[in-house]
Amino acid sequence: MQTDRGNAMGIIKTDKLTFEYIRRDEEGNVEGITRAVDEVDMDIRQGDFIAILGHNGSGKSTLAKHINAILYPTEGTVWVDGMNTQDENHLWDIRQEAGMVFQNPDNQIIGQVVEEDVGFGPENMGVPTEEIWERVEESLKAVGMYEFRKHSPNKLSGGQKQRVSIAGVIAMHPKCIILDEPTAMLDPNGRKEVVRAVRALNDVEGITVVLITHYMEEIIHADMVFVMDQGHVAMEGTPREIFSRVDELKELRLDVPQVTLLAHELRQKGVNLPEGILTIEEFTGALMAVSGNK
Amino acid sequence: MSLILDHVNYVYGEDTALAVHALKDINLVIPDGQFIGLIGHTGSGKSTLVQHLNGLMRPTSGAIYYNGEDIHDKDYEKKKLRSKVGLVFQYPEHQLFEIDVFKDVCFGPKNLGLSQKEAELRAYAALKQVGLGDEYFYQSPFDLSGGQKRRVAIAGVLAMKPEILILDEPTAGLDPKGRDEILDQIAKLKEETGITVILVSHSMEDVAKYVERIIVMNRGSVLYDDEPRQVFQHYKELEQVGLAAPQVTYIMQALARQGMEVDTAVTTIKEAEQEILRALSH
Repeated sequence: MQTDRGNAMGIIKTDKLTFEYIRRDEEGNVEGITRAVDEVDMDIRQGDFIAILGHNGSGKSTLAKHINAILYPTEGTVWVDGMNTQDENHLWDIRQEAGMVFQNPDNQIIGQVVEEDVGFGPENMGVPTEEIWERVEESLKAVGMYEFRKHSPNKLSGGQKQRVSIAGVIAMHPKCIILDEPTAMLDPNGRKEVVRAVRALNDVEGITVVLITHYMEEIIHADMVFVMDQGHVAMEGTPREIFSRVDELKELRLDVPQVTLLAHELRQKGVNLPEGILTIEEFTGALMAVSGNK
Repeated sequence: MSLILDHVNYVYGEDTALAVHALKDINLVIPDGQFIGLIGHTGSGKSTLVQHLNGLMRPTSGAIYYNGEDIHDKDYEKKKLRSKVGLVFQYPEHQLFEIDVFKDVCFGPKNLGLSQKEAELRAYAALKQVGLGDEYFYQSPFDLSGGQKRRVAIAGVLAMKPEILILDEPTAGLDPKGRDEILDQIAKLKEETGITVILVSHSMEDVAKYVERIIVMNRGSVLYDDEPRQVFQHYKELEQVGLAAPQVTYIMQALARQGMEVDTAVTTIKEAEQEILRALSH
């Protein structure tokens, strides 16, 4: 979902963002410097659904951790809602506006009961008790986990745990939510559940979403896609534009959905299909048109 | 060299209030040299089944025979079985611990009672089998990439020279190219050595591409046991139990509904491509 830009700067903006770290050997001697993020420029509008793709080691997670000030740039700047992440005075405001969900469902839940875990964030923010319960209810409903509110998190599936983690973040009413490979450890059903919940947050609640993943099927509805490689942005565009560049994606160690690859292979064999096919419907439509012309 | 499961049942927490009948009357024959895919929703019994195959778990009732011998007979040497049936768990790199890659892969064979020299020969061969160059042998396992670590862990199991290799989601957490690399390596290994491979996976596309037989588990029972083309014809039933067919199968079904004369039992991109080109040229 796209919205008009009210102010000049987007909700998240990075300017020549660079992050380096020093590699040390076992004895602590310096071995070298790794540039994990290399001069990345981004300007994300409120309400956008942004996807960041990249192979393992491309820098996508390191980039994501700058957005809510878990990491600070070595060079360049990151602003969240106009606030510079390196300004100590704004740290907690930034963390409230930009919430993060991580990969491992087991690492993020601390409550003994689902609703208590979701209430943890708002409670720490000093939200009045009655309002905490309102937020817990609306957050759990938003991710479809309200019926599990009294359950122990231990018995939940991976997908359900991730949805509880997401609810815990949105209970803080952030403007933006960053999800760092939230489905990597889930089975296909769990993955579907989480992606559905995330899309609903963007479509219905208008929350800006930054989704980091290497599963291409999850990003079909993104407004903008960034593909990372060795710390810099190697490709940038809409899903359709990115999916059209199958050979480049393969070189970047990524993959496309089977339907996109099939269309690409047929096109290379002379069948007149457009590039960047994203869905089965588009494929059958285009192929029937071609066969109809015979 | 075959593994036979005969009326195998397993109940977790038998005689307690929390009893779960995880395996229900399983009857399977795993013959020599097959490439098998084992699929099923979370909680279907896949992991429980797989841990019975190398004797880690013992059936509540029923029997398991390896080469005609009952593996739970009191005189049977389980240790022998464990070197014949190699099980690679999910995220196997969590098992790595030694100071360098080579020593880690030697660990298994040494535990089998082999001499240092024999263990080293095994380790060298196993690392070659997973395609890891010798420049990595003396590095700390923790300095390698995720995919490389995974290959070291698999080499650790291969060094035991198993006849049956079971891999539980070997592609979990790897990026798309990493996934392809590991599966291609396993397929190559199978071709070169004739080893039996059981691949537990959630990816229908991966399974369709590599295996010749698919066993589908659902709530502790075997739902289907057939070649991929046959199994994925039941895509509606598969969906009902939390699975699916490869995307390519759905594409062919959609085309057939539009009147195109294509074989809808296709399960891989290559087959789909050939079918569509054939249909278009008529």
